[in-house]
Amino acid sequence: MKNAAQNAISATSGVLRTLGMTFMHSFRKRDTIMYPEEQPYLPPRYRGRIVLTRDPDGAERCVACNLCSVACPVDCISVVKTEDETGRWYPESFRINFSRCIYCGFCEEACPTYAIQLTPDFEMGEFDRQQMVYEKSDLLISGVGKRPGYNFYRVAGMAVGGKDKGAAENEAEPIDIKTLLP
Amino acid sequence: MEFAFFIAGFIALAATLRVITCANPVHALLYLIVSLLAVAIDFYALGAPFAATLEVVVYAGAVMVLFVFVVMMLNLNAETVARERHWLRPALWTGPAIMAGVLLFAMLGALIDGHSIGVVDGQVLSANSVGKQLFGPYVLVVELSAFLLLAALVVAAHLGREDDDVEDKDTARRERGVSKAGEQR
Amino acid sequence: MIFGLSEHDIISIGLTAIRTLVILLGSVLVAAMMIWVERRLLGLWQDRYGPNRVGPFGLLQVVADMIKIFFKEDWIPPFADKAVFVVAPAIIMLTSMLAFAVIPFTPTWTVVNLNVGILFLLAMSSLGVYSVIFAGWASDNKYALLGAMRTAAQMISYEVFMGLSLLGVVLLAGSFNLGVIVESQRGMWNVIPQFPAFVIFFLAGCAEIHRAPFDLPEAEQELTSGYHTEYSGMKFGMFFVGEYLGIVLISCLVTTLFFGGWLGPWLPGFVWFALKAGFFMCFFILLRAATVRPRYDQLMAFGWKVLLPIAIINVAITGAIVVAQS
Ligand code: SF4
Ligand code: SF4
Repeated sequence: MKNAAQNAISATSGVLRTLGMTFMHSFRKRDTIMYPEEQPYLPPRYRGRIVLTRDPDGAERCVACNLCSVACPVDCISVVKTEDETGRWYPESFRINFSRCIYCGFCEEACPTYAIQLTPDFEMGEFDRQQMVYEKSDLLISGVGKRPGYNFYRVAGMAVGGKDKGAAENEAEPIDIKTLLP
Repeated sequence: MEFAFFIAGFIALAATLRVITCANPVHALLYLIVSLLAVAIDFYALGAPFAATLEVVVYAGAVMVLFVFVVMMLNLNAETVARERHWLRPALWTGPAIMAGVLLFAMLGALIDGHSIGVVDGQVLSANSVGKQLFGPYVLVVELSAFLLLAALVVAAHLGREDDDVEDKDTARRERGVSKAGEQR
Repeated sequence: MIFGLSEHDIISIGLTAIRTLVILLGSVLVAAMMIWVERRLLGLWQDRYGPNRVGPFGLLQVVADMIKIFFKEDWIPPFADKAVFVVAPAIIMLTSMLAFAVIPFTPTWTVVNLNVGILFLLAMSSLGVYSVIFAGWASDNKYALLGAMRTAAQMISYEVFMGLSLLGVVLLAGSFNLGVIVESQRGMWNVIPQFPAFVIFFLAGCAEIHRAPFDLPEAEQELTSGYHTEYSGMKFGMFFVGEYLGIVLISCLVTTLFFGGWLGPWLPGFVWFALKAGFFMCFFILLRAATVRPRYDQLMAFGWKVLLPIAIINVAITGAIVVAQS
């Protein structure tokens, strides 16, 4: 009997206490961010809309190696390669279907030239699904993105457009295999 | 009031007929509920609102819910409906129907001859007077039905009893489980 | 004289018809507004805002939702029992709206002044069970059926406590008539002498309209959404509005039976009624925001082992006091 009374009292007070505590939440600060008026802070490494960046010199970084396309788990990148007269590769077309992209960032990790980068922007809603397919002209920006000062062709050992073998940064002169001199 | 009485009475008759002829038990129960509601309206029209509401609360609201509850668990399907339909062959129901009809005519005749058919007038029997009647002249009947209900209650409590002296069901189950495991070992 | 009715009769019939319409529309509108109030208040108690975009303070959210739900596909599953499936949601709207007929909002504003008012209310709430049971059965879906079975047991049980808790009030007022009951509270609101009855009635009412924390028939986490799993479109909307109608109804009833209805100083009667009823509607929402759903056997045990004895003791003591005083 005593036990039952104790139970009843503790149960009742428990319910009343939770009611009171919940009610006191009326006076707390709201956690909601009123989105369109009030923009949330997105860190620079946020994985949002994808862009293609350029060299510090202003040339396209992408060398159409297709590594991003291979890395993409949903296969939403399609790249067609072409070359200019100096032998430098670049994409003839670069297409990302954002209605399939899951913003995983694998493409960014796979890219050897830091060309493809994810940016802190997620406002990409469209009424027409076809509008979600971004062409190269939509993707290419005229800036270096998150990697200032990096130029793939200047560090790569490939002879291209006026830069010969061995002329890259931190690269030794190519060894002349036809001579015996050290 | 007379108008309401006859409409409700007609609906009650029609619904009851459907209760008998419906092959699907749940539909039949639906008709039975409608019939009970119609009877309640008849009570109301006759000036007995207390009886009318009690009819709805007790019969339509509680007893029939239990009926529906049980029927719901019977796992009815098209097969049952077909069987039910089979049972509704005229050969099976004509005999009883004729006898019931004869009974009905006998009763109607007796009622009309005896001039005991009431009229639908505006007199209202209040809950107060019903209570005074029940606990005045009819107190013995009330007490008897109370005995009956008490007996039913005791039986129900006995049947639904858990193991003695165990307050918490969970512990009871756990203890049972433990003892069984012990026996096996 | 038309159809044997005098002019006076016709005018009074017309007035009653208008009053009925106003009360019906008003109750449904309030129920619809409750959807918005509930979402805003739940937001308040969960440290967020709730719908606040459509119209001022998000008030038109209800309209937007209604438009959406009207244009949704009204799908009847091919395996369902069609007739019963269609009838079920109508029953709950019908019974809850009928129940509003006997509630006295002010001394003059009530549709029928029934001398068995309370019994009529109990009758309507007991008929409301069918809506849920038939919906569950007709859906031919195991979750729906489980929800329906829980409802049948829960609602029948809690109807008993609801009725018993009201007996004390009836004893004090000496009448089943709701208007008389309100008048009898002029000296003191019933909630003071009948406090246990008030608590029981409130809890039983909560269970009767299967509102959180007693929302076992729906119990999203276990039964997807219980008896209305298969419902869509406006049929689901009727269950939805029916639930809120139930909240409004129980709040009005608590106000009428225990808190003196329209009685109160200074303000006009209807304002008092609305204030009191509004308070309880908000309290229902607080209850939903704060409490957890009990297990099914706990619910039953609580009803039969706690509420029933208290209700019976309350009736006995009240009866004894009333007899001693007279
Ligand atoms: S973010 Fe992921 S899914 Fe999107 S394009 Fe890059 S690899 Fe593909
Ligand atoms: S974006 Fe990077 S990985 Fe993709 S094709 Fe261009 S260079 Fe290769």
